[in-house]
Amino acid sequence: MIVMQPTDLKPEQFNGYPPEARKLAANYIGALQRLPLSFLPSLLREVIEYDFKFPVERRAVEKELANLASLSPEQLKDWFQGFVQIHLSSQLENSDWVNAPAQFVEQLSAHLWSTHQLDAFRAAAVGYAERLRAAAPPEPPPIPRLGIAIVGQGVAAYDAPLFRKLRPNGAYFNHVEPENGLAMLLDAVAARAKAHPVPYAHWYIDGGQEARHAPALTCVSYAALQPARAALTAKMRAEIERPGMGPEALRTLMARMRPEDLGMSAAQGKASDPVMERFQLKVLTESSGTQIFATTFAQWTAREALRRAQPLTLLVRFAPRQRQRPMNEMISKDTKPAELDPVGSLVDGDFGAYYNWLNQQRLPGAEQSSFVAWFEGHNEAVAIGPAWPRGTQSNNVTDMKQLLG
Amino acid sequence: MIDRASTPAELARHLAFTRRDFLRSAAGVALGSTLLHSPIALAGAAMKRRKVVVITFGGGARDQETFAPEGQENIPHLMREMIPQSTFFSQVVNRGILGHYVATASLATGAYETFNNFAAVSPENPTVFEYFRKDLHRPASDAWVIAPSNGFNRIGESSHRSYGPGLGARVILPKHLLTAATSGGGSDYAHLLRDNYETPFYTPELAGNQFELQQLAIMLKLSVDDFKAHALTLSSPDELSVYIARQLMRQVAPSLLWITMHDIDIAHAGAYSLYIDGIRRTDRLCADLWKTIQTEPEYAANTTLFILPDFGRDSDEDAGGNGFQHHRTGDALSRTTWMMAMGAGVREGVVYDRPAESTDLVPTLGSMLGFSASLSQGKPIPELL
Repeated sequence: MIVMQPTDLKPEQFNGYPPEARKLAANYIGALQRLPLSFLPSLLREVIEYDFKFPVERRAVEKELANLASLSPEQLKDWFQGFVQIHLSSQLENSDWVNAPAQFVEQLSAHLWSTHQLDAFRAAAVGYAERLRAAAPPEPPPIPRLGIAIVGQGVAAYDAPLFRKLRPNGAYFNHVEPENGLAMLLDAVAARAKAHPVPYAHWYIDGGQEARHAPALTCVSYAALQPARAALTAKMRAEIERPGMGPEALRTLMARMRPEDLGMSAAQGKASDPVMERFQLKVLTESSGTQIFATTFAQWTAREALRRAQPLTLLVRFAPRQRQRPMNEMISKDTKPAELDPVGSLVDGDFGAYYNWLNQQRLPGAEQSSFVAWFEGHNEAVAIGPAWPRGTQSNNVTDMKQLLG
Repeated sequence: MIDRASTPAELARHLAFTRRDFLRSAAGVALGSTLLHSPIALAGAAMKRRKVVVITFGGGARDQETFAPEGQENIPHLMREMIPQSTFFSQVVNRGILGHYVATASLATGAYETFNNFAAVSPENPTVFEYFRKDLHRPASDAWVIAPSNGFNRIGESSHRSYGPGLGARVILPKHLLTAATSGGGSDYAHLLRDNYETPFYTPELAGNQFELQQLAIMLKLSVDDFKAHALTLSSPDELSVYIARQLMRQVAPSLLWITMHDIDIAHAGAYSLYIDGIRRTDRLCADLWKTIQTEPEYAANTTLFILPDFGRDSDEDAGGNGFQHHRTGDALSRTTWMMAMGAGVREGVVYDRPAESTDLVPTLGSMLGFSASLSQGKPIPELL
């Protein structure tokens, strides 16, 4: 087999890509031909998904390609010298990296680990990201972002301190008025969506059954995806029993899944949204735990929404996950249905809220962003943002509007 | 906050210093560089045939949930009972692949193994068990591994042409035994019999020198019914491993015993509370094993216990990971671990912050027990000799 190098790329080699992605690759074929193979598939992994990306992601890919096309040969050499020094295996070079860039990247990761090149690759990647950020700065948000995390659904009382990771970064409140708290927070999110009607900019993620909310919100819930989760776990179990199936083969299979394979389709009366269907598919197939634990689902979905869609508003409500059954219960053949673990889920949600805030702070405009975490139905909350002094505590009676600033 | 511009080596050193400071303030240990070697500490070990127990503090845990001030509540036994009795190395760096089987195999060979973490293969380099048995002419019954999952079933002996088949350790997979004892068990056992937490639906085929159910009665003097009945009282696979370890120590008393804990790796499921539960359970089980060592006549006073993680977990600061959930970024936090040694021949209440590598364990065991780990990439740790 003749090894194909990026310099050999031709537009027709992208015929297997979705229509918009194909057009994009063809437009920038000259830029793609100049890139080292240790880097290019990582970019093609983004390009091949272009048709199913959120608007902000699309603009980022376009800007990156335009920037690469604008680099002089000297600049290109400077930008990619770290990647050029990465030694690839012949197996990687021979792989179908044009049509299966994600598989290439996964195999590259294993190769970097086993050849002790991970640190060198990481340094090259960090250097590239810094240069790109300087050359094509990320878009600032049109309004300051707002993140909300609601934790502890179903917990009557909890004595241990909450929000320990968040408190040093903002103000802790212990006399919050909890009445109609969820509805008030959802109304606040809806008001922002109405005032700033940007596609995929205002999200509501629920780790259980979604509450009533404005149709303008982009909503994902654990309960609504139950049929898809069941279909996925059934498929995984069936596949893994086949001879020769191992973790890598399973991952490849999952990477090739389409929303329709899991019965994902638009709810009755709603238009199909291929971008959201693909997003939800990836939440279930590219992560671990989202199929099993509601708290993991809520945290990971929020992470991916923030990383990819960069919402202006994100409300995440953690709901109780199923209890992890101890070994002795399993052996005793107790056939009771899985119980919920509200207290464990509160601990999960508390830490998940911290991760939501960290991930929000990685986005442009972080210094103006606000974040509120609330113990659902209770008096405890923490608020972080320019309006709240760090590491402070308020013992005053506070309502949700005040928390939102 | 660690400076983002720091190199991995600087980050590792920073972690070691903070870990050392946590321990000095919380557990009252001394800085090792201020101490001289003490021949008195080593004298007692020569009286009986020396034994070594190695526990891998399983699944990988981060400082912020263990040794940092906010994490110490999760490891009360290590902090209050064990560290004051131990020599503690606060900067043990793993430069290899951060997958549990391949990393544990690297610990056991003293060389960074590069095989696929999920493949059913033997380590390429000779294991500590092979060095021990071949050099010291020890029988198969003197070196054992208790491991959490089918994926570890080949860890007992390598594929190296000068060692390999017949020279390794016996491997017990308690979950595999329980599966056999309960004849599959149906869907109720799905979680228990899950082989590992990284690929929850995948259980590798067994093809090694693992211990089978019928040997329970012969070697461990344990009937299948008693084994099942006791398993009913336990809440996790690691508790089952420790139960088997105690039985093995009592009935067989191997000189070299390696126990791999794994409950903490439930973190891959993304539930923080379950990860913390795993750390607390592992802390308790380590203390239980140390008590067993001190009370079993074959082990008391002549045994050195090593406890070390195979590696850590990803930092909250690295956007490429998802914090505690995985160990995929290869960042300094996930690579920089620790090691505790206690018992025969080991000074008490000392912490060393100089860098060591996880491959140093095997040559150190070689120097202690009297075999040559000639193909290991590590070096003996002088502070333990």
